[in-house]
Amino acid sequence: MLLIPCPWCGPREDDEFTFAGEADIPRPADPDALTDEQWADYLFMRDNRRGRHREQWCHTAGCRRWFIVERDTVTNEILGASTYGNSS
Amino acid sequence: MQFYSFPNLIRRGLRGHRDWTPAWRKAEPKPAYDVVIVGAGGHGLATAYYLAKLHGVTNVAVLERGWLGGGNIGRNTAIVRSNYLWDASAHIYEFSLKLWEGLSQELNYNVMFSQRGLLNIAHSEQEVRDLARRVGANQLNGIDAELLSTDEISKLVPILNTSPHTRYPVLGGTLQRRGGVARHDAVAWGYARAADALGVDIIENCEVTGIRTANGRVTALETTRGEIRAGTVGLVVAGNASVLASMAGIRLPIQSHPLQALVTEPLKPVFDPVVMSAAVHVYIHQTDRGELVLGAGIDAPVSYDLNGNFRIIEHVLAAVCELFPIFSRVRMLRQWAGTVDVCPDASPIISGTPIKGLFMNCGWGTGGFKATPGSGWVFAHTLAHQEPHPLNEPFALDRFTTGALIDEHGAAAVAH
Repeated sequence: MLLIPCPWCGPREDDEFTFAGEADIPRPADPDALTDEQWADYLFMRDNRRGRHREQWCHTAGCRRWFIVERDTVTNEILGASTYGNSS
Repeated sequence: MQFYSFPNLIRRGLRGHRDWTPAWRKAEPKPAYDVVIVGAGGHGLATAYYLAKLHGVTNVAVLERGWLGGGNIGRNTAIVRSNYLWDASAHIYEFSLKLWEGLSQELNYNVMFSQRGLLNIAHSEQEVRDLARRVGANQLNGIDAELLSTDEISKLVPILNTSPHTRYPVLGGTLQRRGGVARHDAVAWGYARAADALGVDIIENCEVTGIRTANGRVTALETTRGEIRAGTVGLVVAGNASVLASMAGIRLPIQSHPLQALVTEPLKPVFDPVVMSAAVHVYIHQTDRGELVLGAGIDAPVSYDLNGNFRIIEHVLAAVCELFPIFSRVRMLRQWAGTVDVCPDASPIISGTPIKGLFMNCGWGTGGFKATPGSGWVFAHTLAHQEPHPLNEPFALDRFTTGALIDEHGAAAVAH
């Protein structure tokens, strides 16, 4: 079980949250200009890092807000959490 | 290679079993090979075997960072079947199932392949319709598949709770009689022994730390046991594919998750087929030793952790007790996890890469074990000819660019 530090509600069991993959993958600013390769990279390709990993979570059964967690993917140690736009 | 047979067993037995030699050598790395395969798991060893046996390529090394068969070949729940929905998957898994049917003879090694049947059960009307569609697709592809009613399921597995007044009512199901289980470690050992006998070097405790390229071609691997040169390299790893590919500057559409399984104390034989429920994320079968093997769904977060979330175990056991009330007081002996590399379409990548001479066979997600013989067969062809076999052509890496995905979430995502 992971204890996820929601920036608004504090640490809660992972059961209350939805995991939504790697963070920092911005939606293309000009979708019409993208090549097929760039679309594939945006939609499917992931770093899938072994170690420090920035990822998106939503407190689905709580405040229902989205935020970013940094976690070690080998030890599952939570290294921090931040809201979009400003770190904490 | 010492041939395993009844007369040989008697003959050596009379001499006190003193002259058996190890099933394979502990090879030391040479400076260069024609082909280097990274990963001495089932798929990697099968690739090496078919390369040597069918294509005459014997100057081959299989590198393994840990020990032979210590990855997902030794961590899966040993289930074999071929009832996939789409043509591309149906063809490769059915090809594989046919190889399974002769594998013990082929390798002179008992992989204990047991075609005890494989039952998928449905708990909702929509699931029954989806399974009926899959049976139709399977039959069109020449794969044995039957649609069963609740009564037929009850006769096949009397201990399954088929009462309508249960949390997971069994509304129907499908049966693949040729499906079953195999002894997963024996598959790795059998391929290792047979490949070694054909001259393949299997090198354990040899971790790849870098991939060298020149002018868009792979030239060598950096390893913890020195540099090994090779013009052709096959990455056949699970749980580390993204990390290895990144050494060559390649990004993959893979996310890694823990997948857990459990084994109970041994019981007397109580049911024959493998029983799988996609809706409640449970699959269960009884081994020849009598233990129940239970498989779960993946942990949702990306992770390389080999423990897994206890919540998943609670979920699996709750569902098993609901479906099989008779198991409610059976004790668990052990639990483990493996790291599964999942692609967005739940299908593997058996493909060349943008780098010449560098090939990969990975991303098998939650269900690669059943494909071991076929995967090795087509990948050996791919390495030997430097281009894919028609069976693995659809599983190219560039399908994520062209959009020709092979969406097997219905047949693969839970049911392994």
